[in-house]
Amino acid sequence: MIAIVDYKAGNLASVKKAFDHVGHEAAITADPAAISRADKIVLPGVGNFEATTALAGALQEAVVDAIRRRVPLLGICLGMQWMFDSSREAPQLRGLGLFAGECEKFPAAVKSPHVGWNQLQVAGASRLLHRLPQDSFVYFTHSYRAPVVEATVGKCEYGGAFSAVVESGQVFGVQFHPEKSGTAGLQLLRNFCEL
Amino acid sequence: MLTKRIIACLDVDAGRVVKGVQFSDLRDAGDPAELALTHGRAGADEVVLLDISATYQNRATLLDVVRRTARQLFIPFTVGGGIRSLDDAAAVFDAGADKVTVNSAALADPTLIGRIAHRYGSQAVIVAIDALRIGNGNGLHFGVKATGGRHATGRDAVRWASEAEQCGAGEILLTSIDRDGMRDGFDCELTRAVVNAVNIPVIASGGAGAAQHFIDVFRDGLADAALAASIFHLGITPIGELKEELQTAGIPMRWPC
Repeated sequence: MIAIVDYKAGNLASVKKAFDHVGHEAAITADPAAISRADKIVLPGVGNFEATTALAGALQEAVVDAIRRRVPLLGICLGMQWMFDSSREAPQLRGLGLFAGECEKFPAAVKSPHVGWNQLQVAGASRLLHRLPQDSFVYFTHSYRAPVVEATVGKCEYGGAFSAVVESGQVFGVQFHPEKSGTAGLQLLRNFCEL
Repeated sequence: MLTKRIIACLDVDAGRVVKGVQFSDLRDAGDPAELALTHGRAGADEVVLLDISATYQNRATLLDVVRRTARQLFIPFTVGGGIRSLDDAAAVFDAGADKVTVNSAALADPTLIGRIAHRYGSQAVIVAIDALRIGNGNGLHFGVKATGGRHATGRDAVRWASEAEQCGAGEILLTSIDRDGMRDGFDCELTRAVVNAVNIPVIASGGAGAAQHFIDVFRDGLADAALAASIFHLGITPIGELKEELQTAGIPMRWPC
């Protein structure tokens, strides 16, 4: 069972529908016990970095414990940004610190939010991006972006390069929305299911 | 590179897709869920479902249509028409929409934009503006109409777009009432005026009839996305052919996809 962590940051139904479509059972839950029992965990989320305060406490402990047990974890959009040290969007808060660096705004030279289909530049060996062609189009919608780090396996260009996909061991993060990225996104979710 | 988006719009009345000319004279064009999927497969970057009867007949948006559509569609899916409150928006999100458009209700109470954005994020709130040309030459400006283009509001479209952005809108869906259903080109002047006033994406709508119209609204109108209805479902312009032509003309497109 895949646990989709519900921390009241946006609409999670489309993530569940996409897993249903690729044939894997997923449940939306805010119960730390259910997260502890899950084979895989998905941390979705859209909106302000402050929304991650709802994860503090038992939910965060369940997620951190699962990472320690090498349970595959996929962060989507805000869920991925939470895996970094922090974000300028809510500088008083800390992220999980699984990846070094701070999320920041796009430069003023480009429109923000970054909304629409942009290309994914595969930048390293990745299990999550298995069978995804170079320069696949995926759907983004975000105002803050994560820096390119050692764990970056997919980059995107918009007012400079940023991390579109990070991967380290069993921890994965994507800035775009695989559940809204057509066949490329569904392939990525299938790859995650088959880990 | 971030592409320009081609959005297929389904105007829905009583559970069927219809398309009118200048907001009236409706014709049946099929089942919304089926058409949405067809458009997605054909290369549409997004699908918008507008319940065009909802506002004036005070009907709830057709949630079962939204549910059926969302089940199979894995590209962004927007629903609008008759969303008057946070609860109306919540029902549409629960049924599977990724974004909602608000129009008349936001004109009556702009705080609705922020209330939906607070709960679902700005990216999920599109403010739809139905604009009409007033005057000409140096006196040209754009008025805003409410309730499906029937009532003048006294507002200026450019100023309203900017206010909507400040209230928390993530995108603007800008429809030219003058061009709607005419297939003689988008209103590039209107689109450019709004694009220059806001820093969020603007979707141009009303007037799509040929590939050149899209090229014009992306180049001269500076639109981020363009929406069309009848030319896609009546099969006048296959989306794939359109995208190929735009790409050849140098407009960045998600194609092939």
